[in-house]
Amino acid sequence: MQDRTWEHFEHDADIGLRASAPTREALFEAMAEALTALVADPEDVRPVESVPIRCEAPDDALLLTDWLNALIYEMATRRMLFGDWSVSIDDHVLDAVARGESVDRARHKPVVEAKGATYTALSVSRDSTGTWHGQCIVDV
Amino acid sequence: MDLNKLRQDSEFTWRIPVETPMNVPGILYGDREQMLQMDDKVYEQLRNVTMLPGLVGPVYAMPDAHWGYGFPIGGVAAFDADAGGVVSAGGVGFDISCGVRLLHTGLQAADIEEAKSALADSLYANIPVGVGSEGSISLDPATMHDMLEGGARWAVDQGYGSACDLDRTEERGCISGADPDAVSDRAKKRQRREMGTLGSGNHYLEVQRVAEVFDGPIAAAYGLEPDLLVISIHCGSRGLGHQIGTDYLREMLLAAGDFGLKLPDRELACAPIRSDVGQRYLGAMRAGMNCALANRQIITHLTRAVFHEHFPQAELTMLYDVSHNICKVETHVVDGVPRELYVHRKGATRAFGPGNPDLDESLRDAGQPVLIGGSMGTGSYVLAGTAESEERALSSACHGAGRAMSRRKARKEYGGRQVVDELARRGIVIRSPSLRGVAEEAPLAYKDVNRVVDNADRAGLARKVARLEPVVCIKG
Repeated sequence: MQDRTWEHFEHDADIGLRASAPTREALFEAMAEALTALVADPEDVRPVESVPIRCEAPDDALLLTDWLNALIYEMATRRMLFGDWSVSIDDHVLDAVARGESVDRARHKPVVEAKGATYTALSVSRDSTGTWHGQCIVDV
Repeated sequence: MDLNKLRQDSEFTWRIPVETPMNVPGILYGDREQMLQMDDKVYEQLRNVTMLPGLVGPVYAMPDAHWGYGFPIGGVAAFDADAGGVVSAGGVGFDISCGVRLLHTGLQAADIEEAKSALADSLYANIPVGVGSEGSISLDPATMHDMLEGGARWAVDQGYGSACDLDRTEERGCISGADPDAVSDRAKKRQRREMGTLGSGNHYLEVQRVAEVFDGPIAAAYGLEPDLLVISIHCGSRGLGHQIGTDYLREMLLAAGDFGLKLPDRELACAPIRSDVGQRYLGAMRAGMNCALANRQIITHLTRAVFHEHFPQAELTMLYDVSHNICKVETHVVDGVPRELYVHRKGATRAFGPGNPDLDESLRDAGQPVLIGGSMGTGSYVLAGTAESEERALSSACHGAGRAMSRRKARKEYGGRQVVDELARRGIVIRSPSLRGVAEEAPLAYKDVNRVVDNADRAGLARKVARLEPVVCIKG
């Protein structure tokens, strides 16, 4: 977990998410954390409720946008924020549990809604050291 | 932007000449300084759009163009279905039919000065805004279907406003060809509790003062005079539109190979207009437009109720409602021949000139009001469509200031409290659930809207009519 990092990067209108991690699963978890951080501080989100999520895609990059879009959908329809994730990936099928709680506007001070994860500047790759890298721009 | 890549056609017109594999040229509007400030990504994205099939005429970038996804924001492109043209979910974007509605109040700025703060509190309390907010309306499946087919007309039938509002709404409040069955259950579920909500990000409701009039006769035709107060509502199709965009971008991307489409950028995901997915997307996108029109109509109703409480004498009537993220079927004369085209405007506003039969009779002499949203501190504009805009960019103009600074950078540069206090010193009252959100929307995070609008005016895209200054701002 220590090697897992994420950051937001510049995009004119929206916000880019970028992460690195030792495994593909950890990368997807880090990207989820970066997504929550667009809205609120992930550390302020308590893991009160668990939501199962399953996605399937033809490649890693599409699987990443599917994963982020599934989270955006659950956040929107359940009025929830997530702060903890367990991801497993078999080939290009992702099974995950996202844990979080209902949005508390006073405590979470949510900033902005994510509309959707885009295919712009989208990538998932593994470098020569075995570290996984991913990035995606989210429309807000 | 590196201007060496462009050919300058005139003081305000720049061209990306056709070269393989482009199908048509790209045209960008703006003066030299504006073009130098424009991101190189706009060049790259506009050039990518020129490679799509079935394009008619050049593709255009408005003076507020900036880096989008697939299409640049501020991009305009028209396709002919009979020439293999495509419809692009990326060319419309996630916020389908995001747009601006402007209402008259009949009040003068002085009328609300003392009650400004209380008015801001009431608007903030009664109009759901920001993350996690919900409308008071919950739609069951049958009502959702009716709303997606009926748009603002449905909202008026439900008691949210009057039939007069529809005369001043694009498509008279309801675009035909909407197909609620082409909208996924996930999109409908996402919208169930979001009717009558503003959303977040750059969406807002503002009470604005007419600060300056540039064209007296057109301003008079629009009912705009110095110091009059108007209300500007900027929002879109909420979660429904976002999910339609998500669903169809993916489907079009995966189907592109079947259609033999080589996409220069995955975000340009598109499908032939004359294909099953193309037709379903158009039906869903139009349902999204109806959702946006109904949403702005309901917010209008909520705003009227608040104003009635504070200023019973105020009569909130429509100036206009126009979208800036949409694909519309329009007839344009190309090389002397009228052709039916699928015009994508992504962060660009339709700007029909005088005499256009689609405009209500009351607006036909003056031309269509073109509503330009600015930032919280720098104000907004009302422009008018011109006859020459048809030739310039298929009757299209800019849609706002365009960001000059990313959200991340704005957050680092400005504090939300600092922005609120600075605007308060200038007499502008802000209400927002998020100070960080206010920081990300700081006035200086946007380009100079005055320059953008001057460029649109001088390039012949639309005529400047009036400048509006914010007085009260409800920010998502």
